[in-house]
Amino acid sequence: MAIQKNMDPKKCPMPVQDPQIRRTNFNEVALGYTYEMAVNEAKRCLNCKNKPCRTACPVQIDIPAFIERVANEDMEGAYRIISQSSSLPAVCGRVCPQETQCESKCVRGIKGEPVGIGRLERFVADYHREHCTEKPEMPVPNGHKVAVIGAGPSGLTAAGDLAKLGYKVTVYEALHLAGGVLVYGIPEFRLPKIIVQKEIDNLKAIGVDIETNMVIGKVLTIDELFEMGNEAVYIGSGAGLPRFMNIPGESLKGVYSANEYLTRINLMKAYKEGSKTPIKHSKKVAVVGGGNVAMDAARSAKRMGAEEVYIVYRRGMQELPARKEEVEHAEEEGIIFKTLTNPVEVLGDENGNVCGMKCVEMELGEPDESGRRRPVVKEGSEFVLDVDTMIMSIGTSPNPLIRSTTPGLETNKHGCIVTDGDDGLTTREGVYAGGDAVTGAATVILAMGAGKAAAKAIDKYIKEKN
Amino acid sequence: MYKIVRKKELNPTVTLMEIEAPLIAAKAEPGQFIIFRAKEDSERVPLTIADFDRDNGTVTIIFQIVGGATMELNTLNEGDCLHDFVGPLGRPSETDGLKKVAVVGGGVGCAIAYPIAKKLHGLGCEVHSITGFRNKDLVILEDEFKEVSSVLKMMTDDGSYGEKGLVTNALEELIKSGNEYDEVIAIGPVIMMKFVSNLTKKYNIKTIVSMNPIMIDGTGMCGGCRLTVGGETKFACVDGPDFDGHLVDFDEAMRRGAMYKDFETNAREASCNLLKQEVKG
Repeated sequence: MAIQKNMDPKKCPMPVQDPQIRRTNFNEVALGYTYEMAVNEAKRCLNCKNKPCRTACPVQIDIPAFIERVANEDMEGAYRIISQSSSLPAVCGRVCPQETQCESKCVRGIKGEPVGIGRLERFVADYHREHCTEKPEMPVPNGHKVAVIGAGPSGLTAAGDLAKLGYKVTVYEALHLAGGVLVYGIPEFRLPKIIVQKEIDNLKAIGVDIETNMVIGKVLTIDELFEMGNEAVYIGSGAGLPRFMNIPGESLKGVYSANEYLTRINLMKAYKEGSKTPIKHSKKVAVVGGGNVAMDAARSAKRMGAEEVYIVYRRGMQELPARKEEVEHAEEEGIIFKTLTNPVEVLGDENGNVCGMKCVEMELGEPDESGRRRPVVKEGSEFVLDVDTMIMSIGTSPNPLIRSTTPGLETNKHGCIVTDGDDGLTTREGVYAGGDAVTGAATVILAMGAGKAAAKAIDKYIKEKN
Repeated sequence: MYKIVRKKELNPTVTLMEIEAPLIAAKAEPGQFIIFRAKEDSERVPLTIADFDRDNGTVTIIFQIVGGATMELNTLNEGDCLHDFVGPLGRPSETDGLKKVAVVGGGVGCAIAYPIAKKLHGLGCEVHSITGFRNKDLVILEDEFKEVSSVLKMMTDDGSYGEKGLVTNALEELIKSGNEYDEVIAIGPVIMMKFVSNLTKKYNIKTIVSMNPIMIDGTGMCGGCRLTVGGETKFACVDGPDFDGHLVDFDEAMRRGAMYKDFETNAREASCNLLKQEVKG
């Protein structure tokens, strides 16, 4: 039966917690579509032949096919289609930058708003989690072992795909909890940890072993993982050391890296009453940077009780690299955007606490190698921003632990692991890598895409070898 | 899970625990550290490894009860398990080519200085050890140090044991009496390491200190453990914890180390109150 299309030029809006209320709690901001909303939004998809959305998805989910199932109210069918391509749909539906990926190519976007693909993906995954009682099927073992380093989005994706092919996969995680950036970085209000936990439980149910407290490069080397019978190793160890600006005052008390600030709040639960994790209860906070991590840090600071929170970014609003929705949510929650502004010094009081941030105003000049207009300092524009906390969110450089203990593993001048082509093969036979360890700080979905490609390559490599 | 196979009170505020952790024991080297969480909701706390037994697969830690987390750890007994125990983290202390070394330990820092003294001794290096404690009741590891040192100077602040004075007094005396050290290794409170470094700078003797800043993950992710060393930002967890004492900005390290002092005091009081309640119940 042909389905009546929904020709509304606008997406069905996402129900959200009221900004005035949500900025005081850590509950999820976006509440998710209802069943009716999802079916109605799915009917906006024209199911066009070319499927441009699919080519713009880093893991190539068959988007029109799953949306058609939603329109037909076959939610489990929709889930099965997404699952073929994505191991963590409930996560991606929440944190992917859809506006620059699938939704950017949607035909409906030409004359109106694109189909709410991310929102539908989230709905399908949530619906499955809430309604499906079937246990995932245990794959038939193929007798081969693979080790995965890092239980973040990249490693978990590779592990899931390999396990489904019958491999015995062990994931080694350095922290005490699996999930990587999904548990230490992205806050509860954007990605509830129970959802991450469920996705991890699903992987365990198909036979993936996760060993926490294992810092590969220290407790075991990659060579030892091979000696233990693994035939291939996937490195998804993530981004590493936070970058600082090398301006005076960065070691004052009250200067955090976004990684530290968010880890204290998310992984170590400093946001919960009675938590044993100390954190500064700031009044006025400046977050330096314009990416998703900066938005997460700023919105977390607000929720921790800060009265004024600034995003300080050296380019303009148009250049903010964060997801559009995060910027909008941050604005609604009262985060103040100081764009075209760059810090030059952190000021401290007599006890070594942050008491201000000296900034300069910027203007946009000629485009640089990234194609974005280069910000240049406006003469005589120096001013002091009155803050007691500064959170640096200007990226990371890769972790040195694995490269320094793995002979033959080549890295580039930034310390990122060098891989050949799209399948993640490193300069060591049988060793594959992907995600932030290769690209430097990027997105969850790109890390997942890399994990997926590597899983496929590892499968091919082991089959050809045997 | 990481079982406590031995627990011993070394003095009223310092406890030794031997933990079952075969993979870590197989790799541990002096100078490296572990991170523990006593219970599921505990903080992550770094502790430098005091000893390890590769055959029995155990790692020894020695800790001073200073805050909520160490107090919580101290409530566990032989046979209990730590929730998390990860390592060996950081870079091992460098011992290559050292022929004569002065090892200086202050307070519970002696627990970390000892395995280095032991390793150096095992390598045939001449070890002169200087230990410093506030008073006689707090002295730990005396026999252990004796066994691996050709000279042992024990100092107390109040003179109740060994000689009265600071470790720097003893070190300067040894230097002045003609001892030529390849290196001085100083491990203890930041203020002690600062003064040892100031002293050895005067005599131009290379000095290594072991820094123990606030840390969360300990693997090079959070950046909380950063220090300024020779004007550059360094991370104790991956670049250290050993650094050149003549280059470390100790004053900054002391300020940063005190960042959560109020919180720690409150946490300690809260833990005490909880313990009292448990005792009552």
